[in-house]
Amino acid sequence: MKLSDAVLGLLLLALGAVVIAVVSSYPTIAAQRVGPSLFPGLIALGLVIGGLILIVRGWRDRALVPWVRFEPWVHSPRHVAGVLGVIGSIVFYIAAADWLGFFLTSLIILTTSFRLFGVALGRSIVIAAIATVVIHFAFYKLLRVPLPWGVFTNFAWERACGSTSRRRSRWCSSRTRSW
Amino acid sequence: MWEHFAQAFSMVFEPYTILVMVLAALYGLFVGAVPGLTATMATALLVPVTFFMAPIPAIAAIVTATAMAIFSGDVPGCLLRIPGTPASAAYTDEAFAMTKKGQAELALGAGLVFSAIGGLFGTVVLILAAPALADIALRFSSFEYFWLVLLGLTCAVFITSDRPLKGLITLLLGLLVACVGLGNPAGHPRFTLGNSELMGGIGLIPMMIGMFAVSEILRFAADTRPPAQLVVEKVGNVFSGQWALAKKYWRQVLRGSSLGTLVGALPGAGADIAAWMSYAVSKKFSKEPQKFGTGHVEGIVESGSANNSALAGSWIPALVFGIPGDSITAIVIGVLYMKNMNPGPTLFTTNPQNIYAVFILFIVANIIMVPLGILCIKAAKQILKVPRRVLMPLILVFCIVGTFAINNSVFGVGVMLAAGVIAWLLEENGFPIAPAILGVVLGGMLEENFVTSMIKAEGNLLEFVARPIAATLAAVTVLVWFTPIVMRRLRAPRSDFRSR
Repeated sequence: MKLSDAVLGLLLLALGAVVIAVVSSYPTIAAQRVGPSLFPGLIALGLVIGGLILIVRGWRDRALVPWVRFEPWVHSPRHVAGVLGVIGSIVFYIAAADWLGFFLTSLIILTTSFRLFGVALGRSIVIAAIATVVIHFAFYKLLRVPLPWGVFTNFAWERACGSTSRRRSRWCSSRTRSW
Repeated sequence: MWEHFAQAFSMVFEPYTILVMVLAALYGLFVGAVPGLTATMATALLVPVTFFMAPIPAIAAIVTATAMAIFSGDVPGCLLRIPGTPASAAYTDEAFAMTKKGQAELALGAGLVFSAIGGLFGTVVLILAAPALADIALRFSSFEYFWLVLLGLTCAVFITSDRPLKGLITLLLGLLVACVGLGNPAGHPRFTLGNSELMGGIGLIPMMIGMFAVSEILRFAADTRPPAQLVVEKVGNVFSGQWALAKKYWRQVLRGSSLGTLVGALPGAGADIAAWMSYAVSKKFSKEPQKFGTGHVEGIVESGSANNSALAGSWIPALVFGIPGDSITAIVIGVLYMKNMNPGPTLFTTNPQNIYAVFILFIVANIIMVPLGILCIKAAKQILKVPRRVLMPLILVFCIVGTFAINNSVFGVGVMLAAGVIAWLLEENGFPIAPAILGVVLGGMLEENFVTSMIKAEGNLLEFVARPIAATLAAVTVLVWFTPIVMRRLRAPRSDFRSR
């Protein structure tokens, strides 16, 4: 999806305005010139100016460039399904992984994506199953990432330090990142 | 010094590190050779795995994988006319023209040999320049750092992009993302929307995985072009004729490597821009410019060495100042922080063995590139046959799990998705992505040094240019702001420098 400079400019202008509105409520620090609002405020000001320039440019070229232009893939149902499949897979993982567990979620995501990209059904299921087991082994067993068991919690063959039990071992907490 | 060196040597030549390097090399060669998978993506996907390693093996994995990927990007360029990584795009047509003339061996061999030479050249510059710069940087105060960061961001926008306005906008978006959370000098929660996960800021690694891997998967899903056909069945001895090339084109190799290292060291510009610039320089100064584009090896020799030397060059500002030279080192800086090897001049004084180890890693990686590269060329047919429609969903699940592994929370997965979709849409609309990365990585540093300087100067802006080095950096920064105007005057009909 290609937007004309004018539309992009409007979006940036809106973003800049929202940011300025938000930071204007930030506290000022007594006896100090620079509070937490200065830096984001300057950035937002830059976005507003940039947005305005883009609007002017887009308006100048409005006869040449349509407001919104779609690439060829938008007209091909297979490719639209592919793009939506990629986005949908990630959303599905976020929503379902905790209660379905990694095995089922990964199996569903992989099989669906393979099918959407045109891999044969039988082959899709076989590769998805093998890949799921390999990834689970690599991350759960070797790298000790607490991938969720979900519906298989009672069958978990080894309970690593996990989000389900909430009792994190020292090893787990040392791995949490701070920046 | 020698004891530190010996220590570094033993850290690198430990069996575990060597094993990691060999595996990372094979991984890098594969990722580079598959069109649509870039060296930056290789790095982003490595991070969740290196997360669980000691510092030196982690860096070894990244150094080796990226060096290999930049070389092996030449392979599909030569055989399919599709660059494996953007860094090979500059001379893909040239290499393919050579293949059609029956000179695939010479083109691939030149890519391999001069990649290694360029990489070693860049490494030598890194070894010489980084400690010297670190000595100077030790005397820097917040004023100098403020200008240095601003200069870096300026370069990313004005020198390395042909669309300064759009580059500036993505930079601002990156800086805005860096503002999220509590991590600002005032400690005030900004843009957290009441979400406790956002208090700590937006995680850099989930964002990078989104911007460089998920966006690439989306691009694949939306790609309507038919798959390319392999033209060569068998590749012969890639070394025949290379010595003659080295003797004939030693000036070009030197020039390409020097330019590559310099471009690499400039923030925001990486191997791809180095290759484009070198190719253009090579054509301009060639004795036979009319042969360029018809399957002439000269440009491949020069820009092939340039893109690998850029890789080493980009580590110079990253290690000394914490300012990434390209998007790969932007990720590397994140890894260095995670490994308690915070970049900066003190890295060279407190634990010099770590830095020496990085130098040795670069040398080893560029040397083992030659035998492993031959393997890759021999296996090219099989690698290029791996269907991307199978590969991409696997990478997708790997991205999800890898992102989850960083914080053990699905919040990062959401960040990854948002970053991936936004990066994809921005690039579709002609916004360069590199400035955004720099903005995110350097935003905190810029604000912190600005606020510290403001407090020290008690609001007197003249203090910002009171020290000689600060004043020089300020002058250079302002000069760079005017380059787009000068450039426009110089080359009225501009060629599109960065075709994606």
